[in-house]
Amino acid sequence: MSTAFALDLTDAKTFPSRRDEAWKYSDLKRYLRAAPEPSPTAEVGAPGPFYDLDGEAVVFANGRALGVTDFIASGEQTLRLRYVSDAVGTGHTASARVSARAGARLVLLETHEGSGSAYVAHNRLELDVAAGAEVTRVVLVAEPEDAISIAEAHVKVEAGGVYRQTIIATGARLQRIETRITHYAQGAHVQADGLYLLNGSRHADLTSVVRHVEHDGTTSQLIKGVARDTARGVFQGKIVVERGADGTDARMGHHALIASERAEIDAKPELIIYADDVQCAHGNTVGTLDESALFYMQQRGVPAEEARALLTQAFLIEVIDRIEHEGAREVTREWLTARL
Amino acid sequence: MLSISNLHVSVGEKPILKGLTLDVPAGEVHAIMGPNGAGKSTLGYALSGRPGYEATEGSVEWAGEDLLELDPAERAAKGVFLSFQYPIEIPGVPALTFVRTALNAQRRARGEEEVSAPAFLKLVREASKALKMDFDMLKRPLNVGFSGGEKKRMEILQMALLEPSLLILDETDSGLDIDALRIVSEGVNALRSPERSMLVITHYQRLLDYIKPDRVHVLAGGRIVASGGPELALQLEAEGYDKYLPAAA
Repeated sequence: MSTAFALDLTDAKTFPSRRDEAWKYSDLKRYLRAAPEPSPTAEVGAPGPFYDLDGEAVVFANGRALGVTDFIASGEQTLRLRYVSDAVGTGHTASARVSARAGARLVLLETHEGSGSAYVAHNRLELDVAAGAEVTRVVLVAEPEDAISIAEAHVKVEAGGVYRQTIIATGARLQRIETRITHYAQGAHVQADGLYLLNGSRHADLTSVVRHVEHDGTTSQLIKGVARDTARGVFQGKIVVERGADGTDARMGHHALIASERAEIDAKPELIIYADDVQCAHGNTVGTLDESALFYMQQRGVPAEEARALLTQAFLIEVIDRIEHEGAREVTREWLTARL
Repeated sequence: MLSISNLHVSVGEKPILKGLTLDVPAGEVHAIMGPNGAGKSTLGYALSGRPGYEATEGSVEWAGEDLLELDPAERAAKGVFLSFQYPIEIPGVPALTFVRTALNAQRRARGEEEVSAPAFLKLVREASKALKMDFDMLKRPLNVGFSGGEKKRMEILQMALLEPSLLILDETDSGLDIDALRIVSEGVNALRSPERSMLVITHYQRLLDYIKPDRVHVLAGGRIVASGGPELALQLEAEGYDKYLPAAA
């Protein structure tokens, strides 16, 4: 599998623009014309949102690893993978490699914790899920509104492996969270969920490419989003079923709410199927908060703002309810509720 | 006392209520009856402040305040409760969570202390038992997948917990079989008190066999065109609304 990451923050020639089809809605070049100065070293202060769930930690501060960059899981393990940024106007790249050995069960708790302003963060992850291994990855992304962040994960799932991810994005000036997942051998199961909750003029782009190379793999994807004010949410989901990947079952759903007249949602779901015996489906809806429900709640005494927050949470919570790991689910629920 | 004076309400550009005047003293139950399209539901929405129902003239006074100046949640905190003809389904919000949020929001607005979770659960258990409701149903999203009768019981449960002082029942009997109608009516009757005013909006006399009004008003063409005692409802049932239609035209 090619694990080449095309983007190189030190080389402006690699910065994609809207002329690149895959970056049509997230024009990096518009915001970043030249390679940023490298970020200085940074301290890591707070322990991060998943601290209470214990486990091992791989931590980057402004791209520099505080310890190891690679992690190999066996048996049952929890890993907190923290990409910490604290910079002003500079750029940095962090690269981690994680693998789960055959039969391992790994809970991967990933956080992108940003402070400072106008920095550029490029966070990369290579993740291998061996035969029969199970990886649950939960990603919380919180960055300043004027930051630029590109997160890329390349995930390879072997025979009978299970890979589940849930990405919670809150946007930045430009925030792209891209996941490329390959069903590398038969009978793997992938769940590629996510949500975005965007205020102000924030932008978040959840892009995923799931490739079924071998037969009898299943993919389930549920993405939900809310764009308020002048925010912009982007979902690009592509599922490719290669020739010979018979017995594939792939479902993709993206459902979004536009909470203001000036907000924008761009969705591009794609199913590309070269095999014959497959079941694939996708659904995509963009709507607004239900006005009758809002009035009903206000009539019972719930102030308008609180009613909106409650309905928004109710809309998004379905994604969080799908996180099977209870501890991760509850931390994520609280993390999101605090941002409604 | 509820005091509505010369109320004009438009929906979009269309005038629906055209000079409605009505007083409901504290502790009384008044029925509003009328043909389809008379403006009955509009009256309920206008009193509770639904967006799009614009009062263009007149006044509505309740508990010494001009209701028309308040937003829907503020009116609720002042005791206004509209029981919906078709209660809204709210996916993702458990009924219990919703009612507790509403109760505490009202209490905050009135400067009262919030009700704790255990105290709230105790209140709900008692109220749901009286209405013969399955407590587990309240853990489900509000009204989602509830039958017509269950939705109406849910409305009565909310009334019992929120203790409004002005109850507006909009076609509460629609979609109910006789058994459900009886249970719902008993729930409403249990709330009758000297401090509470009720406005019962209904097309049919049937509901008034169960909830006995002190006064009956006929709403036609956006105005009250006749008022009387409970016997007026029986007369309407026998004669229909035909004789009021020319008066409204």
